[in-house]
Amino acid sequence: MSRPQHRDHAGAKLGMWLFLLTELFLFGGMFLLYGAYLVRYPREFAAAGREMQLWFGTVNTVILITSSLMAAMAVTAIQRGGRRLAVWLLGGAVICGAVFLINKYLEWSHEFSRGIYPGSSRLAAAPPGESVFYSLYYVTAGLHGLHVLIGSVLLAVVAVWAWRGTIHAGDFAWLENSALYWHLVDLVWIFIFPLYYLIL
Amino acid sequence: MEPTEPTTTAAGFWSDTGRSGIASWIFSTDHKRIGLLYFYSVFGFFLVAVALGLLLRIELMAPGRTIMGPQAYNALFTVHGVVMVFLFIIPGFQGSFGNLVMPIQIGARDVAFPRLNLLSWWLYMAGAAIILTSLFTGGGPPDTGWTFYLPFSGRTGTNVSLAVFGVFVVGFSSIVTGVNFITTIHRLRAEGMTWGRLPLFVWSLYATAWVQILATPILGITLVLIIAERLLGTGLFEPGQGGDPLMYQHLFWIYSHPAVYIMILPAMGVISEIIPVFARKPIFGYRMIAFSSIAIAAAGSLVWGHHMFTSGMSDMAILVFSFLTFIVAIPSAIKVFNWISTLYRGSISLEAPMLFSLSFIFLFSIGGLTGLVQGAAATDIHVHDTQFVVGHFHYVIFGGSGFAFFAAMHYWLPKFYGRRYAEKPAIIAWALMFTGFNILYFSMIVLGLEGMPRRYYDYLPEFAPLNLVSTIGSWILATGLMILLVNLFMGLRSGARAGSNPWGGATLEWSIPTPPPTENFADEPVVTHGPYDFRGTGVP
Repeated sequence: MSRPQHRDHAGAKLGMWLFLLTELFLFGGMFLLYGAYLVRYPREFAAAGREMQLWFGTVNTVILITSSLMAAMAVTAIQRGGRRLAVWLLGGAVICGAVFLINKYLEWSHEFSRGIYPGSSRLAAAPPGESVFYSLYYVTAGLHGLHVLIGSVLLAVVAVWAWRGTIHAGDFAWLENSALYWHLVDLVWIFIFPLYYLIL
Repeated sequence: MEPTEPTTTAAGFWSDTGRSGIASWIFSTDHKRIGLLYFYSVFGFFLVAVALGLLLRIELMAPGRTIMGPQAYNALFTVHGVVMVFLFIIPGFQGSFGNLVMPIQIGARDVAFPRLNLLSWWLYMAGAAIILTSLFTGGGPPDTGWTFYLPFSGRTGTNVSLAVFGVFVVGFSSIVTGVNFITTIHRLRAEGMTWGRLPLFVWSLYATAWVQILATPILGITLVLIIAERLLGTGLFEPGQGGDPLMYQHLFWIYSHPAVYIMILPAMGVISEIIPVFARKPIFGYRMIAFSSIAIAAAGSLVWGHHMFTSGMSDMAILVFSFLTFIVAIPSAIKVFNWISTLYRGSISLEAPMLFSLSFIFLFSIGGLTGLVQGAAATDIHVHDTQFVVGHFHYVIFGGSGFAFFAAMHYWLPKFYGRRYAEKPAIIAWALMFTGFNILYFSMIVLGLEGMPRRYYDYLPEFAPLNLVSTIGSWILATGLMILLVNLFMGLRSGARAGSNPWGGATLEWSIPTPPPTENFADEPVVTHGPYDFRGTGVP
């Protein structure tokens, strides 16, 4: 079969945007629950929110925004033919992703050591709204962490392809779509951070 | 387009393969092969679930224990529901006939992302395998009902986590298909195939794809939360830990009500294709039918609360959801009236696809009208969780989508096999199925009005006669189904050759050879007229 190789860059991007929409809705379900339970337990949420470790959240926010910037720059770099630069930038973004996950691990270990995790005796003794708050936090942040992991792997693969020259100035749909995915991961965190660490 | 002469020599996409044997199918990115893969997988699961349904009906044939115990009954109706909903009817149309026909109808060589298309089938099969594994491992098949309502699904010892994970994977497959179809319809239409010339089946697939990508993620998160509840004890829906079970129902139905439109919209699209062809008239109100698909998808996404009238929602919420539910009836009725208007003064030929389509209108109307009974809060409180509901949704989903699926099988499969089924057995099969169907499910509607609850293992003696009637109906229906299958199987194996345009259709799939060649079109087609402009198509 000699199917003519045809590249539909706009089509590939449209497909990615549609997929990102579904990711937004996935997290949207969690934000919906957050809103509904916040209305029911405003005081308990505020009390629990003050217990969150602001420093971990802040550092992770900075890391993620930096990596998002690097991913965006990698796209521009490849468009201008700077393949080496793009690979470096992607590598930087992947490292940021890894640091984010390590930081998350440290934060969660800290919380666990204080007895804050679903089903712990400390939360069982606390008012019911606090347990809901932390359960929401762990599920949302856990799901987000999973996306960080997937996004990092994706960026790493794309970096290898860019290194090998499979991705170049003429065909960078994979790189652009992976960067878009990484921006979504960043965006979701930008919502998680204030909701759980800042506004309460 | 020029009228085309029947072409029977080409073996088409059947013979043109890069690989051999089974690999030429399960690794093929040709939309027609993937369509047939999907067709056989979903239809296989349909037959499994039909068998389970027949067993359920035998159990309910007489009061007391008939063939199984209560736990087995609970597991059986759960598995029947899960398989029918998640493995047959949701992926059914998009996966099989959507894949087979849609790219040809818009004049494309394939879908926008052929490899993703294959991935979608693999994900579907993986999810199905996980669901099947859950039946035989762990604590045995889930016994929660297909809705997996918490808190019960968090506490039962059966294998809910694995089954739910399987459904999650199938949902991912659904999203992939949705993304692929929207992109395809936007990007790959042939020259001249404007939005106003899109066949109505394509319009309905387009609306369905939007529902798939907007609603499925909510099901995804809901399923994740069930697993989190079971594995981590998050207690988000556990009243003892401050959670609210009602929130689970909201999340679940935000997906699962729109999912009903994933099931019925493509079916309506099929009917909109078949009726004008067999009435030999352009469809009445093309624009309104296309628009009503979008309107059903949009309005249908706002009505999930009508599943919860008796769950303890506020009266205001009940009022609003009741009102919104009634709105969905408007675009649905637009379709029905337009089909009827198309039939008016048509030159109707009553062949099998048409008979199934006409019975679709009849059965879907009963399903829709009984739906209004439940959409109104006052009457719903009487019939809620009774057999009335079971009768209602089987009228919509089986009488509607199911019969449209059979219509599509008779209408399109000859195109892809190159051979036709025999007409007389097809009509006998249809007559048996239609009769059996009404005996089976109308009895349930009456039983529900009399007060027999759904999901119950046993019932009071006064419900016995109608239950027996209903069970007998299920056997008539199954007999018809068997005849249909044997007839199609024999016909597609060794029936008469089907020409390129056996029905005299005007959509693009009838303009290419039978069976279609691998790349569908020898040259890029240029579309010059609408899909229901029958002048010059040549009557068979």
